[in-house]
Amino acid sequence: MNILGKLSWSAIPISEPEDMIASGLMILAAVGVLVWVTVKGRWPYLWQEWLTSVDHKRIGVMYCILALLMLLRGFVDAIMMRAQQVMAAGGAQGYLPPQHYDQIFSAHGTIMIFFMAMPFIIGLMNFAVPLQLGIRDVAFPTLNSVSLGLTASGILLTNISLVVGEFAKTGWVAYPPLSELRFSPGVGVDYYLWALQISGVGTLLTGINFVTTILKMRAPGMSYMRMPVFCWTALATNLLIVAAFPILTATFAMLLLDRYLGFHFFTNSGQGNPMMYVNLFWAWGHPEVYILILPAFGIFSEVFATFSGKPLFGYRSIVAATMAICVFSFLVWLHHFFTMGAGADVNGFFGIMTMIIAVPTGVKIFNWLFTMFGGRVRFTVPVLWSLGFMVTFVIGGMTGVLLAVPPADFQLHNSLFLVAHFHNVLIGGLFFGVMAGYNYWFPKAFGFTLSERWGKAAFWCWLVGFYVAFMPLYALGLMGMTRRLQHYDNAAWQPLLIVAAAGALIVLCGIICQIIQLIVSIRERDEHRDKTGDPWNGRTLEWATPSPPPAWNFPALPRVEGKDAFWTEKRRIRGSSTEEPTSLRYEPIEVPKNSATGFVTAFFAVLTGFALIWHIWWMAMLGLVGAFITILAFAWRERAEIEIPAALIERVDRAYREALSR
Amino acid sequence: MTMAALYDEAADPLLDTAADGPAPKAIVVAYGFWIFLLSDIVMFSAIFATYAVLAHATAGGPSGAQLFNETRVLVETGCLLLSSYTCGLMSLGIEARHRVATYCAAAVTFALGVAFLAVELSEFAGMVARGATPERSAFLSAFFTLVGCHGLHVTFGLLWLAVMMAQVVTKGFRDTVLRRLFCFSLFWHALDIIWVGIFTVVYLIGARS
Amino acid sequence: MRDLFRGLQADISADRLRFGGRALTFVAVAGLGGCSQGVLDPQGPIASAEKTILLNSLGIMLAIVVPSILATLGIAFWFRASNPRALHLPDFEYSGLLEMIVWSIPAMTVLLLGGIAWIGAHELDPRKPIESSVKPIKVQVTSLDWKWLFIYPDEGIASVNTLTIPSGTPISFDLTSSGVMNSFFVPQLGSQIYTMAGMVTHLELQAQKPGVYPGFSAQFSGNGFADMNFVVNAVPRDQFAQWVASMRGKGPALDAQSYTALAQPSAAVAPLTYGSVASDLFGTIVQASTQPAGPPRAMPAAGRMEN
Repeated sequence: MNILGKLSWSAIPISEPEDMIASGLMILAAVGVLVWVTVKGRWPYLWQEWLTSVDHKRIGVMYCILALLMLLRGFVDAIMMRAQQVMAAGGAQGYLPPQHYDQIFSAHGTIMIFFMAMPFIIGLMNFAVPLQLGIRDVAFPTLNSVSLGLTASGILLTNISLVVGEFAKTGWVAYPPLSELRFSPGVGVDYYLWALQISGVGTLLTGINFVTTILKMRAPGMSYMRMPVFCWTALATNLLIVAAFPILTATFAMLLLDRYLGFHFFTNSGQGNPMMYVNLFWAWGHPEVYILILPAFGIFSEVFATFSGKPLFGYRSIVAATMAICVFSFLVWLHHFFTMGAGADVNGFFGIMTMIIAVPTGVKIFNWLFTMFGGRVRFTVPVLWSLGFMVTFVIGGMTGVLLAVPPADFQLHNSLFLVAHFHNVLIGGLFFGVMAGYNYWFPKAFGFTLSERWGKAAFWCWLVGFYVAFMPLYALGLMGMTRRLQHYDNAAWQPLLIVAAAGALIVLCGIICQIIQLIVSIRERDEHRDKTGDPWNGRTLEWATPSPPPAWNFPALPRVEGKDAFWTEKRRIRGSSTEEPTSLRYEPIEVPKNSATGFVTAFFAVLTGFALIWHIWWMAMLGLVGAFITILAFAWRERAEIEIPAALIERVDRAYREALSR
Repeated sequence: MTMAALYDEAADPLLDTAADGPAPKAIVVAYGFWIFLLSDIVMFSAIFATYAVLAHATAGGPSGAQLFNETRVLVETGCLLLSSYTCGLMSLGIEARHRVATYCAAAVTFALGVAFLAVELSEFAGMVARGATPERSAFLSAFFTLVGCHGLHVTFGLLWLAVMMAQVVTKGFRDTVLRRLFCFSLFWHALDIIWVGIFTVVYLIGARS
Repeated sequence: MRDLFRGLQADISADRLRFGGRALTFVAVAGLGGCSQGVLDPQGPIASAEKTILLNSLGIMLAIVVPSILATLGIAFWFRASNPRALHLPDFEYSGLLEMIVWSIPAMTVLLLGGIAWIGAHELDPRKPIESSVKPIKVQVTSLDWKWLFIYPDEGIASVNTLTIPSGTPISFDLTSSGVMNSFFVPQLGSQIYTMAGMVTHLELQAQKPGVYPGFSAQFSGNGFADMNFVVNAVPRDQFAQWVASMRGKGPALDAQSYTALAQPSAAVAPLTYGSVASDLFGTIVQASTQPAGPPRAMPAAGRMEN
């Protein structure tokens, strides 16, 4: 038995120049960052303030940083795909042979969904939910850090596949029999499966953490119907995570057993049933897309209300719609494979259920419209993203409802029409939402606002770029072009693909604008300081803290008297003629202690994952034992909290009040 | 501007309504663990569903009726259910802060868990010896995975029990240890419930067909 | 129109309408360009019916979507902070009547579309035989890596990557796969359907008039996936009978041996015909794909796979 399992020098793609260039650039960038941190002597700061932090705000920011980095990686994949399809018309083969192209589109989907979209929404929920609930942290802060570590492990493994070995060539859904050992004998599918299993555990733990936090830990007086809508959507999202992710874990475990131990769950032989995988995958997969979109809906609710200067229209109706979507999302999964031959009754049922779920979504659109109605709408960057969403998402939703009609789907399934639809809702819905949230909450996280000018430029580039990139794909789908084509014979498709590639380049300009926005904002941060902690005249409790908030969030948990707790409080103060005496008694506060558990768990997760992928059994054992010891170390730690002295709390709070009164 | 009056953090810990502020840690931890158990049940459901679909996919190989031994299953069930009872005794010991009672009940629970695993492993070994390996057919893959997954959970539970006893020895009955012991007993009882599902769906129904 | 814009703040601008116009133009041009060889150019009763459903559903949805988009832009623009003429209702957060309307509009649309979905799913169920006075032709389809095999069980011939059928005649397909999942799709004739090993799916299509219609696989199946193209040659009925007669007995025979050779991974396979087919070869193929497999599928050399 080879001590390094299947691993050998041939795993490094020396003979493939594009791979080597990509790997080289990535390693260079990573090493560059590490060297820079070392030279600047910032390791102690990084370790103490970030890597071992269990503070939800820090963890939230780190999730968002991971997401933004993976946005770049996933987007590079997209540009490569668009370029290939521009070139490979008629008899041409383009510059990416199938074994590369197939990995690129598989990586693109996997990265964008699991390592860009999920971390982004989890990061924003991490940052904002405890603040909005008026509490100090989530229910299980160290577990939160472990979740982040496991997500980072999945990301690291996926990126390692670029340098050592290969990635899956099956598409991001990895249907068997194609993903079984017989048809995918390499390590690619194993990289995919282990990276997602590991990060999937992290996500599930996040779900448990947030469901517990939202249901069991809110500021005094904050009953359910006084929670901000973002917290309601966070609740629905995390309930979905808890209910859906275990299905994915089980499904991937079964595929792993097939691949590693010769089981027959989804193989052709042994009476295995690949259709079972398709059902199980989408039983997770459909709730997953609602996991992605619901937080975006929550962000839009906050943004429209805040920047219209009005309460959200139809609060109860939006809450009901959110929870309805939560339940219904489990009843529609078959619409992802109408063409598998289920029969008219089954197809018809799921088609109708899919349309029913469009009802609560449509209701929300109208509620946001009426939120703006009668308000005074300020066109800040978050509002632009939100308006862009309103227009774009309804188009995407419309094409979704079209696809929900089985006979229409019979002709459009797996075509570029489908690809255009889901990008329409994911970009127009999820991505525009996280961009709105990013611009909205940035000043709270870092103490200064982002440059409006560059933010608007980024928005317009993304909006125009999206339409130019994806409207042609709708047409191409109708013209008969299917997805995942490395080359095509019909040269008539090429002009539209050129337009699509141009759209991708416009989006690239948008991304460049966002990078510039960040750099410029950091350089000009003193001019854009958020001194009061309330740069937008906000309505919810996160704006009732300094920017950035101290580790303990609030010196005393706020007493909540109604919806839009902060707005209600501001009106009360404005309305009262007498100055309320500051009668606060400052007490010391216990906050959770930093812990290296998350970071160390991540290390062992990567070790174990890598070892399992390459069949290095002793290393896998080592990793598992290491993880176990880490848990023991955590279980035996003496102190779980540190005490913040009252004097410090008082100092910070008085400075905050002083800034407010100016 | 000022915030409203301070929240009185000495609120009645038995009052669970969140409208009075964050619930006490013991409740938060137990609630979170319940949610985890629900997620684990969802995972088992996916495996149960797969088993149901593949229950007759024997690919010409042995079926459940030919393989299952009712006596064995009865012994396993007895061990596991009894261990839940002794786990309950252990909880009583913990409540009374009685170390010896706790250790004894834990030891018996542990022994019964090991007995369950021993019978299960011998069943698996017997099946493998007869050529009824998980690589033989989809049905056998599903069987070994469903029953094996439960067995893995039991193994993990035993490991957890050992660690918890070590915690009681070194830390005594402090709050963190009590919360974790409570989570353990929830886990152990939940495994029982899942076993009831398994022996119904797999052994009782399987033995008939 | 220009007056309306004059008092505008920088943000709501003609840009928005300009991009909107651009987008619409793209869609229009694309739509016009999409009129050949695709979904919008049906050449058979199934495809025609599906196109009708698609366009009807689109029309119904546009009736909701277009007003929603216009309302969004209109309301945002009118109620901008700098507009002193706009109504100011700072506490307007609930209206029972509006709620009722807001829930009803989507609900009624969904009711209507749901009906279309249910009826359409039944009318256009792939298994539903096409009503015709003409006797259907049976074709057995097998997706291989990376080509298509068509067996005519009643005619006793077979072909690869080319499907000759009589026009105006229902074709009754039984489909399976030799290994991985694929999807048999001829957009101009109608629905696609998955092909899966060890299983037989069923599809009914008909070409209205003679012509050449492209077909391909719509479910990604590996390295040679992009080369899984085939053509459907619809010929007049008498010509079809002649073609069958001329093919019978000529060319290679399709039996277990030649099938195994065919099943080796290859892509961009030139069309060929078999003059005879072993009896119930299709049944054997369905069974065989469930047997324990040989060694893992060989990885092709980098670059295009030539036949």
